[in-house]
Amino acid sequence: MSEKERKAAQQFMEAIPHAKALGMQFTSLGDGCAEMKMPYDQRFIGDPETGVIHGGAVFALLDTTCGAAVMAHPDVKGTTATIDLRIDYMRPATPGQSIRTRATCYRVTRSVAFVRAEALDEDDTSVVATATGAFVAEKK
Amino acid sequence: MAHKRPEPVQVIKQRRDAALHALVHSVPYIEFLGIEFERRGDELTAIMPFKETLIGNPMLPALHGGATAAFLEMTAIIGLSWVSLWDEIETGGIDATMIEAGQLPRLPKTIDFTVDYLRSGLPRDAYARAQVNRSGRRYGSVHVEAWQDNRARPFAQATGHFLMPSRDG
Repeated sequence: MSEKERKAAQQFMEAIPHAKALGMQFTSLGDGCAEMKMPYDQRFIGDPETGVIHGGAVFALLDTTCGAAVMAHPDVKGTTATIDLRIDYMRPATPGQSIRTRATCYRVTRSVAFVRAEALDEDDTSVVATATGAFVAEKK
Repeated sequence: MAHKRPEPVQVIKQRRDAALHALVHSVPYIEFLGIEFERRGDELTAIMPFKETLIGNPMLPALHGGATAAFLEMTAIIGLSWVSLWDEIETGGIDATMIEAGQLPRLPKTIDFTVDYLRSGLPRDAYARAQVNRSGRRYGSVHVEAWQDNRARPFAQATGHFLMPSRDG
């Protein structure tokens, strides 16, 4: 992603209040794929005993990344909305580490886009969560 | 034969509300989203009062799908935890004063969670209730529904599986 593209994507993100409140950032975007990052924040803790981030915050990041991947697909016109999204949590994210997500929009029909995604922390070798979803999308 | 008189209603209410308050306010992300829980007997209703930072589509405007999902997941986790906590408080297995003092039971952990977005979330307060369909020793299965103005027209529903906290320490 060029500096200019990154700026445009980030501006788009700044316009979404909930994404901004969670500190989400784009790290890559284009051709049906999106990658994002969310720095660790104590306000997002779901398990006070261990400091592990709440699944809901990871869900929000995955949902946003999936939506961005749909909109970045060359065949999709305009905006999108989630129809359904399923998340499987493989392990707790390590406290203090950023969550990184990548989503791929692998199929677009006339009105529906299909997406899969995964979430990692700073360990590249072990996935934190995976997601699969269907989104409303209009084909060009 | 001596009949044991029931406890005064204020004592029971205070104990139950204090336990719920301690459980809910121990989780930072509940505070971050501004979610509250109301209790009628053992039934809980979660409330997510509208605020600007929950918006995901500023054009419509509509709630962010992630905020809706987190609201549903939180309702499911607290709902599931409350079912077992309720039994233990009522039978005296857990001392409610311990919970008030911050000695909380471990929360169930999400295994998977599937959200079904039925209509867009409006920029106003949202409500949710969880139905615990299974609360076993190892895992629980919970269904949640969220609505806004009209109870008969939910805007999102979800089903999830949760790993139960181990009972022995």
